[in-house]
Amino acid sequence: MNAALRHVFLASLWRRPLATSLSLLAIALGVALGLTVQLIHSAALDEFGRGIRLLSGTADLQIVGSQAGLDDALYPLLARHPDIATASPVLEIEARLPGRDETLRIFGIDLFRVAQVTPSLLPMTDVQDGTPTERIDRLGPLQPDALFLSPAAAARLALAAGDRLTVQIGVREQALRIGGSVPGAGVGQILAVMDIGAAQQVFDRIGRLTRIDLRLAPGIERGEAQRRLADLLPPGVAILTPDDAESEVTGLSRAYRVNLTMLAAIALLTGGFLVFSAQLLAVVRRRQEFALLRALGLDRASLRRGLLAEGAVLGLIGGLIGVTLAYLLTALAFRLIGGDLGAGFFRGIAPTLRFEPLLTLVYLTLGVLAGLGGAWLPAREAARMIPARGLRAGDEAEVYRAQPRWGAALLCLILAALLCLPPPLAGVSVGGYLAVLLVLIGAILILPGATLWAMRRLGAPRALTLRLARARLAAAPGQAVVAGAGVVASVALAVSMAIMVDSFRSSVDGWLTRMLPADLYLRASAATASGYLDPETVARIAALPGVIDVYPVRFASLRLDPMRESIALIARPVRTGNGLPLVAGSLQPTGSDDAHPAWISEALADRLRLGVGDPLALPLADRLQPFRVAGIWRDYARQQGAVVIELDDYRALTNDWLTNDLGLFLADGTAPETLMTAIRATLGEQTSEMILPGELRAMILAVFDRTFLVTYLMEAVAVLIGLFGIGTTFAALAASRRKEFGILRHLGLRRRQIGTLLSVEAALTAAVGMGVGLLAGGAIALVLIEVVNRQSFRWSMDLQLPVVALLVFGLSLILLAALAARLAGAQAMRQDAVLAVREDW
Amino acid sequence: MLSIENLSKRFGSVSEHPLFQAVSLRLAPGESVAIMGESGVGKSTLLNCLAGLEPVDGGRIRLRDTELTALNEDDFARLRRRDFGFVFQSFHLLPHLTLAQNVALPLWLLDLDDRTAGERARAMLERVGLGARADDWPRHLSGGEMQRVAIARALVHEPALVLCDEPTGNLDPERATGVLELLFETIHSAGAIGLLVTHSPTAATHADRVLRLTRDGLVAA
Ligand SMILES: Nc1ncnc2c1ncn2[C@@H]1O[C@H](COP(=O)(O)OP(=O)(O)O)[C@@H](O)[C@H]1O
Ligand SMILES: [Mg+2]
Repeated sequence: MNAALRHVFLASLWRRPLATSLSLLAIALGVALGLTVQLIHSAALDEFGRGIRLLSGTADLQIVGSQAGLDDALYPLLARHPDIATASPVLEIEARLPGRDETLRIFGIDLFRVAQVTPSLLPMTDVQDGTPTERIDRLGPLQPDALFLSPAAAARLALAAGDRLTVQIGVREQALRIGGSVPGAGVGQILAVMDIGAAQQVFDRIGRLTRIDLRLAPGIERGEAQRRLADLLPPGVAILTPDDAESEVTGLSRAYRVNLTMLAAIALLTGGFLVFSAQLLAVVRRRQEFALLRALGLDRASLRRGLLAEGAVLGLIGGLIGVTLAYLLTALAFRLIGGDLGAGFFRGIAPTLRFEPLLTLVYLTLGVLAGLGGAWLPAREAARMIPARGLRAGDEAEVYRAQPRWGAALLCLILAALLCLPPPLAGVSVGGYLAVLLVLIGAILILPGATLWAMRRLGAPRALTLRLARARLAAAPGQAVVAGAGVVASVALAVSMAIMVDSFRSSVDGWLTRMLPADLYLRASAATASGYLDPETVARIAALPGVIDVYPVRFASLRLDPMRESIALIARPVRTGNGLPLVAGSLQPTGSDDAHPAWISEALADRLRLGVGDPLALPLADRLQPFRVAGIWRDYARQQGAVVIELDDYRALTNDWLTNDLGLFLADGTAPETLMTAIRATLGEQTSEMILPGELRAMILAVFDRTFLVTYLMEAVAVLIGLFGIGTTFAALAASRRKEFGILRHLGLRRRQIGTLLSVEAALTAAVGMGVGLLAGGAIALVLIEVVNRQSFRWSMDLQLPVVALLVFGLSLILLAALAARLAGAQAMRQDAVLAVREDW
Repeated sequence: MLSIENLSKRFGSVSEHPLFQAVSLRLAPGESVAIMGESGVGKSTLLNCLAGLEPVDGGRIRLRDTELTALNEDDFARLRRRDFGFVFQSFHLLPHLTLAQNVALPLWLLDLDDRTAGERARAMLERVGLGARADDWPRHLSGGEMQRVAIARALVHEPALVLCDEPTGNLDPERATGVLELLFETIHSAGAIGLLVTHSPTAATHADRVLRLTRDGLVAA
């Protein structure tokens, strides 16, 4: 079998280079995309986890607050607690660096305590020539303006001891002196360390901490201590193990990774279907060859194995190309954008590329499975053939007589519907993906029946070629399966992606319009970083000529009890502003109790199982405050969940008057550019960031389109294969129907009319495939929108049908199919054509 | 030794008259027989039944000590690999394999390695007079040459039984004679049993015996 396997089966892949390379391309793309995402993510997570372990050192437990931090009065309380041996306070700041694109994580530490809990954060002074020499005297204070950089940070910022680094607080700038390094931080961590008192002072966070690391007294059990200490903590402050902290980020970034993985899964699925349609064609064309082999003594199982091996080899080679591509892409991504994947979960680390044997193997296996899966049905079909019949010329007709399989098709669709019901598995919408696969299989099973039905509908047309074509397809609906399977699969995937992307895009667009009502937005830094606008600055901006109104937004984070990760709190004018993209509830709550209104995002409603009217307690300013859910809104930005409250309520409850984002409404005739110049003159050149909503929208939509570019590429390949399938099938048909055509010509049909006949048959086949593909595509789009997206990201979108685009796509595909058939047929009908037709053209 | 006893075959329902019945025949190694009959009488079907490519409705076939009619499909396939050779009217050479590879095909199926198979195939091609063209492609051959390659393929693995279905049906008379001479000479020198099915009386004369297939069995021609 070995030699036969090589020369008869595997070699056949070489003999149809076009089909083979397209299948390889699709599988390689799917594997590359999926593995790249995982590689980047696992390297980033790894480095991140190392960072967390480094930063938590030997801590047994950590007290963490929200972004606003916790009151440092908590610290002496804990330090004196009998369960605790050492408590080390930390103030973590994400410092904005004016004039630079990146921010810097600065840890304010207590030198004495940190030495006992997280010694790797211990700073070292450097002598003038820049080499670290002596460790700072443990008990001596750190100079208040001295900043110590980790090796990675020093490299990234190109700074050495003695240099100065300007940080931004609010809209103010302050220079800090580089006092030395943090040699224990390792190569991947971009961070800095300074004295905690100094940090509180410099960054205007007097009396606040973000974290307290605890080491328990000898003999104290961690679980018990965790329970006892939790009672001491104010609401919104959590006590976590270092592992919890790590899984918090894993959870946060998971959904984002799932998003990209979904695209990869669809690419792989397309690859599998390309293999399917290419193999189906090849099997029909090699029917006589297989019959001969069976006569020579090849058993069914070996024939099936040989054909599966073809699929597996396609999958393996595609997988290997994909894996290679993935490592190249990952290396490139690390050079260009770091480990962030653009979503901002992993700022401040510099991961390095490593070989991941397990991940690589998994994706290689997925590639092989896609190839095997695609080859499965064709191999079964080939093994079922009766060799005595296959040996006769023209026996392909046997295949084309396929019976409609309504029952099996219905079963697939029912199963698909049932699979949409169960919840996601570990956050991955496994049921949704399987449903997509089943809908595709169902669509292909329906094809012969649909062809028969459509031909009957066609009635008795008068045009001769149309009548002949109809008769042929009605008698040989299986021809539609062989020629049209590729069309159905590619149309279904292309249409579903088009519908989903279009729905998603227009929903995002609508959402952006709602979320960004103002003419111009101003901020001092990202909401997590150290820049902000104080009331006095806001007042100065509001007073600038041309500004009619300002619209301040304050971002904060909250920890709600049953949840691990913190959620986003957005305080802004709601009732007087431009509202929210609501999916339930209203902006004007009617209930008149003392609970304040809150509008929660779909993700939060899902996670907390909250509905409109339900009470919700939010920990603000160390106290639980009563709120009531007034509405549920759509949020495409914060998958962990977000809650919006009225800015006035927030200010009254917290006495926090700072602003992160300031929306500016301009007077008619005021050019935003003029105002931007005025603002820079007021605040300084580098302490603020401004953006026009139009620009931001264009930017976001551009990123959006880029994300889906790969998908479009996949679909284009799929459609190509579909057309190619029609071309090859009709070339084969033309060759095997020479007798039939000869008779027709004797009966007086002109040569051109034979060509037309082929074109009409192809157009009818493509039209039926198109119809079935459209329906299947619609169904798949529904699954993607209502199941996969909802389960993966907990967000909804409005279904949008790109009718015109779909129509144009459908009509041009039918025309192209007719053209492909005619070209292929013409070539096949030439004199020496029978010998010249190889397995593809 | 091949023995066929009372073989019958029908297509369609039981009520219909069988295509043929009561077909019996005994052949010793080295012996050859030609079976004649008009087109449509079931000659090809008979060969297919013998080769296990078509199920039979009654009767028994034994090759040496093996009861062929009792074999399951896979065992029959394995037996075909070892003991059967085929020559078809339409040659059935695989267009994408060289002549040597086409001839080596039965050896590949017997799991011989590429080199041994290649050497034996070349030697066989030498015997049918095409040794010089071992690396050529089938599409460059005339019909007679293609059938010589097919004969080489049928005998390369030294089968016990060679089944030939109208091997000269697609050839002109002169070439037909050459091919038939070669065919019977190789079958005889290999000590195999030859079974030739044809509607041409000239072709039939090359065999040791000539029989005629009728609906009710084989009769002397
Ligand atoms: N699979 C089949 N189903 C029904 N009838 C068949 C089948 N195969 C062959 N036949 C019929 O059996 C008869 C004998 O065919 P065949 O053995 O090819 O004849 P011959 O080789 O003698 O010309 C023919 O009438 C043919 O139509
Ligand atoms: Mg015949």
